[in-house]
Amino acid sequence: MRDFILKRVAVIILPLMSIYGFYVILHGHVSPGGSFAGGIIVGLSFITYSTVYGLERGKVKLPERILTLVESYGTLWYGIMGIVGILKGAPFLSNKLAGFNLGEPGSLTSGGLISLLGIGVGIRVASTIITLFYAMGEEES
Amino acid sequence: MRIRKLLIIIVALLAAYGILVAVAELPPYGMADNPVHNHVSERYINKALDETGVTNMVTAIVLDYRAYDTMFETIVLFTAALAVVITLKVSKRKEKG
Amino acid sequence: MKTLLGKLVINYPYLFAVVLFIIGTIIVLTRDNLFKKLIGINIMESAIFIVFIAAGNIRGGAVPILDGGRADTVYINPLPSALMLTGIVVSVSVTAFALALIIRLYKSYGTTSARRIAEMRNEVLKHDSSHQS
Repeated sequence: MRDFILKRVAVIILPLMSIYGFYVILHGHVSPGGSFAGGIIVGLSFITYSTVYGLERGKVKLPERILTLVESYGTLWYGIMGIVGILKGAPFLSNKLAGFNLGEPGSLTSGGLISLLGIGVGIRVASTIITLFYAMGEEES
Repeated sequence: MRIRKLLIIIVALLAAYGILVAVAELPPYGMADNPVHNHVSERYINKALDETGVTNMVTAIVLDYRAYDTMFETIVLFTAALAVVITLKVSKRKEKG
Repeated sequence: MKTLLGKLVINYPYLFAVVLFIIGTIIVLTRDNLFKKLIGINIMESAIFIVFIAAGNIRGGAVPILDGGRADTVYINPLPSALMLTGIVVSVSVTAFALALIIRLYKSYGTTSARRIAEMRNEVLKHDSSHQS
């Protein structure tokens, strides 16, 4: 009986949770929140799916190769974005001195380098917390 | 065992009294002329919109003025995930023979 | 003693933080299960975050998000909140690694009680030293 109720409720809640997590990441420079909290919300939506439906079905949907790729290249993304500043004669990881277009304040495309870095950090934190859950959730069969 | 737990609680309460005497000497909570608000925060508040172009001050500090710290922060998270996977995968393979 | 209590009631967030810290210390020192010691460490870290984030507050100040209001609004200090984000991530990493170590200890010794693990290790060390000599 407990499995039946959880599956019916999870079908309704999980898409709303993922959309809310992506909203918090993308609007990190306009409203409170930022990249760390949004990344954890996106990761939690997938952990709820794995808890309700079992660990094997979760591993079929998101295999471990993709998680390893996202986590490693997410850490490199930060360094590559910083080297763009060096190629233009400004210090490492600079925003206004490197000539990024700042846009008008208050809109979604303002900030230049800040929104790109924020998306990278958000996806990385989500994949880290899903990796921790896969490593500790193994059962002895 | 009861004697030891009681002694631990008594020593902890004595330490709490010492800490409370020191905490009472802190500046009052919520006044605008505390030593915490110095010229560094004033510069961050006044010039955040001109130099970065975002309206959220905490994100502007974390991702633009102090972006080095966030880069090493992501490396710390990566190291923690790496350590957990190494500790648990090796023990699983040793058990299966 | 009366002025001490009066001064403590004025800055009440620091009083709550000290109470939480002492509760966390007592849990770590007197409980026997390994998981409960880990929760005690987590409670102590939460108390430290409360002290730093509450120190940057101004009574009657506004949330630190510019929205084109009047030119003389008083914003609260955003710097301690931004610095404590790093601390929260460090706390999560330490908790995750400690949980992995506890799982490994359970598979080796078969119990999660700190006193029984110490007794088993004393027996193993005594058996080894008497076996070699």
